[in-house]
Amino acid sequence: MTVAVSIKNLQKRYGNTEAVKNVSFSVNSGEIFGLLGPNGAGKTTTIRCLTTLAKPDAGEIMISGISAIANPRLARQKIGYVAQEVALDKMLTGREMLQLQADLYHLKPKFAQPRIEQLINALGLQEYADNKTGTYSGGIRKRLDLAAGLLHQPEVLVLDEPSVGLDIESRFIFWDFLRELKKAGTTVLITSHYLEEIDALADRLAIIDQGIIISEGSPNELKDKIGGDRITLRIREFTSENEANNAKNLLVSLPFVTEVIINKAQGNSLNLVVTQGNNLSKIETSLTSLNLPIFSMSQSRPSLDDVYLAATGRTLIDAELAAAGSRDLKAEKKQQMK
Amino acid sequence: MTQIIAPEKVNLTFAPNQSDNFKSGVMAEFSQETLAMTKRLFIQLQRRPSTLIAGIIQPFMWLVLFGALFYNAPKGLFGNELNYAQFLAPGIIIFTAFSGALNAGLPVMFDREFGFLNRLLVAPLSTRYSIVAASTIYIIALTFIQTAVIVIASAFLGAGWPSLAGLGAIALIVFLIVLAVTALSLGLAFALPGHIELIAVIFVTNLPLLFASTALAPLNFMAGWLQIIASLNPLTYAIEPIRYLYLHSDWSINSVVMETPWGEFSFGNVLLILLAFAALILLTIQPLLKKRFA
Ligand SMILES: Nc1ncnc2c1ncn2[C@@H]1O[C@H](COP(=O)(O)OP(=O)(O)OP(=O)(O)O)[C@@H](O)[C@H]1O
Ligand SMILES: [Mg+2]
Repeated sequence: MTVAVSIKNLQKRYGNTEAVKNVSFSVNSGEIFGLLGPNGAGKTTTIRCLTTLAKPDAGEIMISGISAIANPRLARQKIGYVAQEVALDKMLTGREMLQLQADLYHLKPKFAQPRIEQLINALGLQEYADNKTGTYSGGIRKRLDLAAGLLHQPEVLVLDEPSVGLDIESRFIFWDFLRELKKAGTTVLITSHYLEEIDALADRLAIIDQGIIISEGSPNELKDKIGGDRITLRIREFTSENEANNAKNLLVSLPFVTEVIINKAQGNSLNLVVTQGNNLSKIETSLTSLNLPIFSMSQSRPSLDDVYLAATGRTLIDAELAAAGSRDLKAEKKQQMK
Repeated sequence: MTQIIAPEKVNLTFAPNQSDNFKSGVMAEFSQETLAMTKRLFIQLQRRPSTLIAGIIQPFMWLVLFGALFYNAPKGLFGNELNYAQFLAPGIIIFTAFSGALNAGLPVMFDREFGFLNRLLVAPLSTRYSIVAASTIYIIALTFIQTAVIVIASAFLGAGWPSLAGLGAIALIVFLIVLAVTALSLGLAFALPGHIELIAVIFVTNLPLLFASTALAPLNFMAGWLQIIASLNPLTYAIEPIRYLYLHSDWSINSVVMETPWGEFSFGNVLLILLAFAALILLTIQPLLKKRFA
């Protein structure tokens, strides 16, 4: 297996913010690799270093054997980049944008013309290609941007939070498209703060939190690593605290239960960490002994959120909420232009 | 999203041996990327022609207004056998070229602010000077249109015509000043924090440089200190030779075209100075273009 992208000990600070403290991961050729992390985790900063837009303070970035730091121009040739924020020239039509992009990547006209048409068709842009991009909706803009990124048949397609702002249907179509791309041999590196997206798409992933990679592997590997299954149990639709506590005390004493958490936000439902195996009937039996009913109960493998929770002590959602309050977007935009 | 994307119908394969699809060679790459970026600027102009229209009306108004301002100036005030229209035309030509070029950085600054510049910076450009080249070609084309309008309007206002070779020489001078100032403005667009700052710099440079040159009045009208400044001002080195061309059909590379407190300059000297000015600025902005890790 060859390595398409390898990042080692990457560091990047903006003023006093250590946007990337220590990031290492590697992406194998031909896989979809997800970089998962909450807002402000350092995903975009990592990607900006990879695409040669930002100069790392330390670390190494190799793109199929070429150092993006020592040899940025060659590295740029290998990457197709779909940025988090789509920047189009609103006075140009979609087709003119693609033509411009083709020339920036030095495509020969005899290759570029059919390629442009191909991508316009593949991304369902026929109807829009000759309108000015200023008239496009968010989804169409994203699709045009994706077409632009693919124009030169890059070895590695880098997408920074591609599905932000897409409706559910578009998102699924987008995912299918990326899977097709992968089948055709393109390596895809995608960042996201949607667990489901990475879980559904990625062959392997790295979880990034506060500028540090906290784990790397396939979704299954990561889930196996934290071990056990998860059971969500509702005694009643809205359980009283008292009943929930009683149930908790009972359940922790069961040999196969490692942890019980009462989720107040979910009507005092109980979240159990259990060893793998069929445990539901045993739980049912013990609850009956306390005369407690069961409103709903389900057992599942750990999710990526559980992986994140196990590594950081908070859920991805909580991390998002915490990050939301603490960023100065204006100042960042300013910095980013530097 | 109404239509379904049908990727299976297209070849999405990345071809490992794809070099056939790409142009190669620095010159081929440079011209391709430069032309593409130039084309973009012209498409914008075509769809938003107000800049061009304003750019033609403005020098025309300068000509008419300044001409009227000094209409009753005593005969011979601006030199023997020289009427003010003749005196003014070269000043307005260069000032117009200068203003246009000074504003060249603004679109680039907006590209930076909207993130469009990133699209150029992640592309494997043969050199980032192609961004400078594209803007220069664009501004040069606009300036030549403006210059033609000024020359024609001035002729009607009594300035007469330079010789054909003189027109060629004017074009060369305009080219050099536009190249230098466009590069300067783009350098600022890369260096300054945002468009507010760039506009501020343009604002404080534009008119003062006009008044501190010989565009509107000859050196000997000025206070001593201003004479020194005007004699250092590159605009003066562009205006004076054109003024000479307007008055003399029999000029050569050795003709003395301007006098400064520190001596006389021939046509050839002046061209060299303008060339050196442009080269100096192009070299100075190089680190700014490279700044983001070229
Ligand atoms: N240009 C900048 N100037 C100052 N701080 C920055 C800049 N860019 C990012 N940061 C900070 O670095 C950290 C990482 O930001 P980054 O944009 O890489 O996160 P992200 O994972 O892409 O987040 P999101 O999901 O919101 O896009 C954040 O704390 C952010 O505030
Ligand atoms: Mg981001």
